[in-house]
Amino acid sequence: MTVYLSQSFTGISIGAVLLLIALGLSLTFGQMGVINMAHGEFIMAGAYTVYMLQGPISDAGVSLLLALPVAFLVAGAMGALLEWLLIRRLYARPLDTLLVTWGVSLMLQQLARDVFGAPNVHTSSPDWLSGRLTLIGGEDPLTLAYSRLFILGLAVAAVAALTLTLRRTPLGRRMRAVVQHRDLAEASGIATGRVDRLTFFLGSGLAGLAGVALTLVGPIGPTMGTNIIIDAFLVIVVGGIGRLRGAVVAAFALGVLQAVMEYSTTVSVARVTVLIAIVAFLQWRPQGIHTLRTRSLA
Amino acid sequence: MPRIRGQRHRLFAAAVTALTVMSLAACGARTGEEPASGSQAAEVDTSGDTIKVGLLNSLSGTMAISEVTVRDALLLAIEEINADGGVLGRQIEPISEDGASDWPTFAEKSEKLIQQDGVAAVFGCWTSASRKAVLPVFEQNGSLLFYPVQYEGLEQSPNIFYTGATTNQQIIPALDYLREEEDVESLYLVGSDYVFPRTANRIITAYAEEHGIEIVGEDYAPLGSTEFATIATKVEDSGADAVFNTLNGDSNVSFFREYAATGLTAETMPVLSVSIAEEEVAGIGAEYLAGQLTAWNYYQTTEGAANESFVQAFQDRYGEDRPTSDPMEAAYTSVYLWAAMVEEAGSFEVEDVRAAADGITFDAPEGTVTVDGDTQHLFKTSRIGRIGADGAITEVWSSGEPIRPDPYLETYPWAEGLS
Repeated sequence: MTVYLSQSFTGISIGAVLLLIALGLSLTFGQMGVINMAHGEFIMAGAYTVYMLQGPISDAGVSLLLALPVAFLVAGAMGALLEWLLIRRLYARPLDTLLVTWGVSLMLQQLARDVFGAPNVHTSSPDWLSGRLTLIGGEDPLTLAYSRLFILGLAVAAVAALTLTLRRTPLGRRMRAVVQHRDLAEASGIATGRVDRLTFFLGSGLAGLAGVALTLVGPIGPTMGTNIIIDAFLVIVVGGIGRLRGAVVAAFALGVLQAVMEYSTTVSVARVTVLIAIVAFLQWRPQGIHTLRTRSLA
Repeated sequence: MPRIRGQRHRLFAAAVTALTVMSLAACGARTGEEPASGSQAAEVDTSGDTIKVGLLNSLSGTMAISEVTVRDALLLAIEEINADGGVLGRQIEPISEDGASDWPTFAEKSEKLIQQDGVAAVFGCWTSASRKAVLPVFEQNGSLLFYPVQYEGLEQSPNIFYTGATTNQQIIPALDYLREEEDVESLYLVGSDYVFPRTANRIITAYAEEHGIEIVGEDYAPLGSTEFATIATKVEDSGADAVFNTLNGDSNVSFFREYAATGLTAETMPVLSVSIAEEEVAGIGAEYLAGQLTAWNYYQTTEGAANESFVQAFQDRYGEDRPTSDPMEAAYTSVYLWAAMVEEAGSFEVEDVRAAADGITFDAPEGTVTVDGDTQHLFKTSRIGRIGADGAITEVWSSGEPIRPDPYLETYPWAEGLS
């Protein structure tokens, strides 16, 4: 029985990684409708930030915690720059945006290859994240890895911070206003261009945070972003485009389904099951878990 | 709502466009191919003062990490032979082509090297997929490929010399070691989902049936997969004596991290890997691999004067921090073997070189290797190594003498029906 409990937790921690990646997309893709193919490279930028910081700061714990704000700023700045240079000129042309950001994605990957070298690099995890927390001891123990708990905590904190920002701050209010009715917002004196850039900054910054979390579970390499970005798009589509709550539910549901199926069958079968479940679900609810009745946020 | 719909339609249109562009690009690559010229001996260009050879490695794309190191080793061997007077009095002129981690590109470039440049031989390829892609080109043009990487066996082309290990020089000795030295009675198989791990695991399963080893689990992860929490849990729950790991590339990082997170260690459940060499250890992190086992024919630490001078020469040429690994050694050796075959034959022509191949030996960094003319594989010594906390791999067991290559496992009764 504890096997299913521990697999559920594994699923939740997979979901937490998915959620962190999807959160940024829920802003740029969900709210602004921009399909940013370079989002994965902002994740990569966040991961390489940890690697860079571990050079001068030998303590793995300090560099990891310091990397959280630094990666947010680095990835956020890259996102804002991309928005300012290219995307803002292409808002009415989603097809062009897709191709242009795909090109940017390839360029950033090659840049990473030139700067950091083609081979993957790895970072060391802090001591306090190695090992496991024992919930149930004895014959059939239930234990949770600290690194997974950390990622889960980070995801929860990021969701909470994003919800608060959208609901309680002037910036969040302006962002919602622009999404709901751009012309009216502009007529009310909101600098919509600036709000777009800030939204993009936040969304890309969250990708940077996801990159920091990913260094705890996998390698850091030029193509790490492209490998996981598809899953994040799935989460957004299942959750309902533009719905934060939907993304949370979808990420955890997909994670748990994958983990439980994988335990009793194989990776491929679990993957197929998840994809079939998504297709079936979208037949039933094409708009995703949370229907977009209005254009309100969160 | 209509806005959202419109976006979905446009997204779909974008996807269709992208697919169309890709398939057009693929067609473009095909139209360059000449019609098959039939099986004949390649025209080796012997007009100049030099003799040209082709180096065909992925210098870009996902395989570049590994294949660039092979190219470096090939160039080193060519420079050394040239400094020593060349082959049949001619300097070797390497022509390097980029296979770009793309199998049709490999076929196209090999055709270019053979037909336009008139190279005497081509050195390179890494993945079995790229080898399978160029094989018909070499057979139709009657040219020669030297392939330097361990592979899944069950192949024997007259136009390829295989200088890496076949299965009876790597996987089977590794199983013998686990059974005899580590008293392993149950195994868990973890691999990437493509031809090499699947074929290797079929061989392992047949071996296990014969020798009374229980296979308690078998899992494949997609190439590049980084989510291994569940597989690690299954491995832990299985209570196997050891894990046989045929994962490739990045997946190893995540697998070994999750494996360590479950509390398993090299003492409680050792992992024997066949795709982790010195180069990969650095990428995964030695602390996650300390104490684990690998199976190859060569390690940077292999003892012998030939290896000392190889490592010295390589690091003098490319930098002190560059490790040497098994495929690099096999590539380096392949150039010397070709040169020795040419000297023996007194000719650069492919048929003469092949006829002279049997019994050619070279004092390679891994020890003396001998060409088996029948299979065009090498007699190679099998070695099991243990990865140290510093990332170096040290030998813990060796077959003692070179093993006769048996790509179709014909001398193993239990392997009947595998090929």
